[in-house]
Amino acid sequence: MLLEAPFTEAKVRALRVGDVVEITGLLLTGRDAVHKYLHDGGTPPVELKNSIIYHCGPVVVKEKGKWVVKAAGPTTSIREEPYQGPLMEQYGIRGVIGKGGMGPKTLAACKKVGACYFHAVGGAAQVLAQKVVRVPAVHMLEEFGSPEAIWEFEVVKFPVVVTMDSHGDSLHAKVEAASSKALDRLIR
Amino acid sequence: MDAKTLQARLLELIRRTSCEMPPDMIRAVDKAWRREKKDTTAKYAMGVMRDNIKLAATLSQPLCQDTGTIVCYVDRPDWIRERVFTTAFERAVVEATRKGYLRQNSVDSITGKNSGNNLGPGSPVIHFHETAGKAMTVRIMLKGGGSENVSTQYALPDNRLGAGRDLEGVRKCVLDAVHLAQGKGCGPGILGVCVGGDRATGYVSAKEQFFRDLDDKNEDEVLSKLEQSLLADANSLGIGPMGFGGGTTLLGVKLTARNRVPASFYVTVAYMCWAYRRNGFKISENGRVGRWLYN
Repeated sequence: MLLEAPFTEAKVRALRVGDVVEITGLLLTGRDAVHKYLHDGGTPPVELKNSIIYHCGPVVVKEKGKWVVKAAGPTTSIREEPYQGPLMEQYGIRGVIGKGGMGPKTLAACKKVGACYFHAVGGAAQVLAQKVVRVPAVHMLEEFGSPEAIWEFEVVKFPVVVTMDSHGDSLHAKVEAASSKALDRLIR
Repeated sequence: MDAKTLQARLLELIRRTSCEMPPDMIRAVDKAWRREKKDTTAKYAMGVMRDNIKLAATLSQPLCQDTGTIVCYVDRPDWIRERVFTTAFERAVVEATRKGYLRQNSVDSITGKNSGNNLGPGSPVIHFHETAGKAMTVRIMLKGGGSENVSTQYALPDNRLGAGRDLEGVRKCVLDAVHLAQGKGCGPGILGVCVGGDRATGYVSAKEQFFRDLDDKNEDEVLSKLEQSLLADANSLGIGPMGFGGGTTLLGVKLTARNRVPASFYVTVAYMCWAYRRNGFKISENGRVGRWLYN
């Protein structure tokens, strides 16, 4: 199914765990440095209301004066678990794209704010980079370095799976619980 | 071979490693894709991986944006000095970074500053071994942070797992590590496991297993059997590709053993993501690349 900008609460509330979604609109990359900066009270250099944050440290090079994305898969999201929930609530962030899933704090914020966690296929840097049609701007490049900067990615049909929804469901919690039982059978 | 030629050959090795999956791994990913059930997120994820492998090779761009820690192993014949190789390799790394085959991935741990060219204390990592042979063998591995973060080390006995100082204890540790990793290491993963050694050599030996051919058979009969049973057991956990659930949690398990001191019994589990980037070649003194490994 499609999710197109503007990313409204109603559109995101309609999504459920297991949905394969293609996103069209603007994504903002943000990972460790950005999350810590915002959580410490730093001023966001871009509007975050109704935004989708992409946990990604891309390879971007300048060709003929234009930014070109050479690789842009997701990074592990759980590192942002201490920051993500509070930032979602403070700024009205509508979704997060990453890999590996996030914990109970983020899941609770998704429910409260009306947001989703979207899982991109980790390591699929080329399939995902192909969906970035334009890089309108970059922020905090000098301060944080290229992988940690806030890149604006205009994407078309960016493929993700909803693994945490705004109704309290988490695929990660389910798989963890089931595999935990299976492990017990194998080693206890 | 002059320094420029060596640098160019090494640049090509880095490019291939970053952009092209080795054939043994392509076969494993295809097999897993065929095995996963229709209309599942597991099958979908494996399909995206297959598309990505093809696309990266066609575009000559990195399979994954996290081009990882650059680890290089050199079997060094008499005709080349370590210093000469290191200089050529570092120049190739800088060039590969400029061309976008490698991400700017070397960060000062104290100041947080990115060096911007992948050089710095400890990067890249180069291991030299002397060889009596005529050709130089160069192998490289690009190991991403996600997979490195879920790599782990156990000291036996482990009370939490009820794991004793024997192969059954080793088995419990390995399966626990797979469970703890869930999808965070970008599975389906490949494990390199070292039984024994000290804390440092445990990790080194575990990672060296990734230079083995995925389809090889362990020469040690006991370890070979354990590799097979661990692979089957791990896949019965149901974690699946990317942790979405499914039948493919691992694509391979490679074990090795090192002697230990009587007081210590470490089990070191190194995790490699599905975007398994390692390659290598044999190169002669005149600069001719004789053979690519893993084909």
